[in-house]
Amino acid sequence: MTERKVYMDNSATTRMDSMVKEEMDKYFTEIYGNPGSFHSIGLDAKQAMDNARERAAKVLNAKTSEIIFTGSGTESINMAIKGLAYAVQGKKKHIITSTAEHHAVLETCEYLEKKGFDVTYLKVDRDGLIDLDELKNAIRDDTFLVSIMYANNEVGTVQDIKEIGKICSEKNVKFHTDACQASGYLDLDVKELNVDMLTLNGSKVYGPKGVGLLYLKMGTVIEPLIHGGGQENNKRSGTENVPGIMAFVKALEIAQENRVAESERLVALRNKMIREVMEKIPKVVLNGHPTKRLPNNVNLSFLDVEGEAILLYLDSKGIYASSGSACTSKTLDPSHVILAMGVPYEFAHGSIRFSLGKETTAEDVDYVIKVLPEIIQNLRNISPFNLDLENVESEQKKIREKIRIHEAKK
Amino acid sequence: MNELKVIQSEKDKFALAGDGVSHDGKSWFYTDVVKDHFFNPRNIFKTTQEADEYAKEADGIGLVGSPACGDGMKMFIKIDKDTEKLEEVKWQTFGCGTAIASTSAYSVMLAEGNGMTVDEALKVKPKDIADYLGGIPARKFHCSVLADKAFREAVNDYYKKTGQNEKVKTDGKKIIDNVLKITDHDIEHAVLEGAMDFEAVQKKTKVGVHDKECIPMVKNLIKEYKEKYFGED
Ligand code: FES
Repeated sequence: MTERKVYMDNSATTRMDSMVKEEMDKYFTEIYGNPGSFHSIGLDAKQAMDNARERAAKVLNAKTSEIIFTGSGTESINMAIKGLAYAVQGKKKHIITSTAEHHAVLETCEYLEKKGFDVTYLKVDRDGLIDLDELKNAIRDDTFLVSIMYANNEVGTVQDIKEIGKICSEKNVKFHTDACQASGYLDLDVKELNVDMLTLNGSKVYGPKGVGLLYLKMGTVIEPLIHGGGQENNKRSGTENVPGIMAFVKALEIAQENRVAESERLVALRNKMIREVMEKIPKVVLNGHPTKRLPNNVNLSFLDVEGEAILLYLDSKGIYASSGSACTSKTLDPSHVILAMGVPYEFAHGSIRFSLGKETTAEDVDYVIKVLPEIIQNLRNISPFNLDLENVESEQKKIREKIRIHEAKK
Repeated sequence: MNELKVIQSEKDKFALAGDGVSHDGKSWFYTDVVKDHFFNPRNIFKTTQEADEYAKEADGIGLVGSPACGDGMKMFIKIDKDTEKLEEVKWQTFGCGTAIASTSAYSVMLAEGNGMTVDEALKVKPKDIADYLGGIPARKFHCSVLADKAFREAVNDYYKKTGQNEKVKTDGKKIIDNVLKITDHDIEHAVLEGAMDFEAVQKKTKVGVHDKECIPMVKNLIKEYKEKYFGED
């Protein structure tokens, strides 16, 4: 019975595509040279890299000189934010981002605050969206960067990147977006999106871990974070991870090629899953925007039960998901994203993220829908709480206030 | 110095036993005993209605925590009035795998066989529960404390119901940090969640950030709680 394995944690990472792996293997043993070497073996690697850069640029509708390969999404984000901050230091000091960003953005911003920069954290609404007027009003004369993620990793909410980009370019502020979660499903045309910088990584698109990319629009000047041999157009030194880069670009191409059909397929599965789980199980809340959301993201809160316990039971049934519960996090704090949306604490604790992927089938979804009600019921039977959904909702205002105070304290 | 070593090794032992499931899906390493109690919890109710019925006849009930602050635990006890032995210990919890497993184990330790007397049971420390389970992650230690606290509440409830008011033990909160209104309970909680020195506790609670005067007192409390929960006795 437990033979079935349903991996629904594709937002954490994906299983590598076999074609991608095949591509990657070549660059370990056949084309293994250092692209910086003068001889033919090195030249082969260099040509491969040039080719990959061209193809990556094509996917993004960018120039090859605008593509910088990095070691991860997190590194790209650090490069974009810190690199730009160091470049404008002494002239400008203000950054705008949102409270629902990935830790890579939030921690980098907090670090820069310690170094004397100012950061405005835009609130997100109940669905996870920022308010564009608020953004406009937040931009100051000394604002040099806006960083807003394309699609949220936890709740899947998709921001209006085009509009944000337009606002930024009108006000002459650089705009960076973290597109790691979006890359398999949304349009990555940087001209359409009006972005100056865009972060991608390999592990979310059935590619390798440990590879990322930063699109850096021509004319955007950043300081490098890693100094050395001057690779990547002097922006990121260190011998290029040729196998990783080749595989990443291949994976990105495949994902973007299939994205429309794949999105359509997953939206249907996603909606079915949300609908049927909510039908079968009482007191379930959907986190994130109902429609402006990633095709593969199902994030639900089950009241009166705690997320880690749900995960353990799911695991025993061969279902692998993740939770925003405090008990599952290293710091024992509930998901900052769910709290940022002004959702009551109670919801965060019982929140489960199922992130579907290209291997997810209709049978997988049916299987989850079948086993989930019993798990929740069992845990509810041993729960001392029986929250009233309506009450919880009305408590929300008080809780928001609490969070506000909590944040003010910080 | 010596004392520190003990705590360190105790921590390591818990840490070795695994760190639970992390936010981004890391695997879990609970011991087999933990898993057994988690997947087959003992002394629970089949339905919430059954729990409601049972509440009417229980000799003592204790509830600690709330869903808003994270964890919650309710304990129901039945006691033989003549011998003061525990006849039954039943429970409900809103908590993680460790909370469920440690409460299940605790209920077995207390009421198994002949059952402990209330006095004996009050001597069982959260550390004993952890040992019984073969170790739990340091970060999860506070979950076993929850069971202990709920039990103490239930005993208090029993004392009140049987007119033994002099035996009731309340531990009222004391405000330590006068600016942020941080109490000794908050500090205890932080220690239980794995903050083992002042810096770590401050990071968690912000204690002493504004109210510098309370820092020596906080340091003392941390020492006290470390001894209480992690030290050998
Ligand atoms: S109950 Fe929250 S970590 Fe155990």
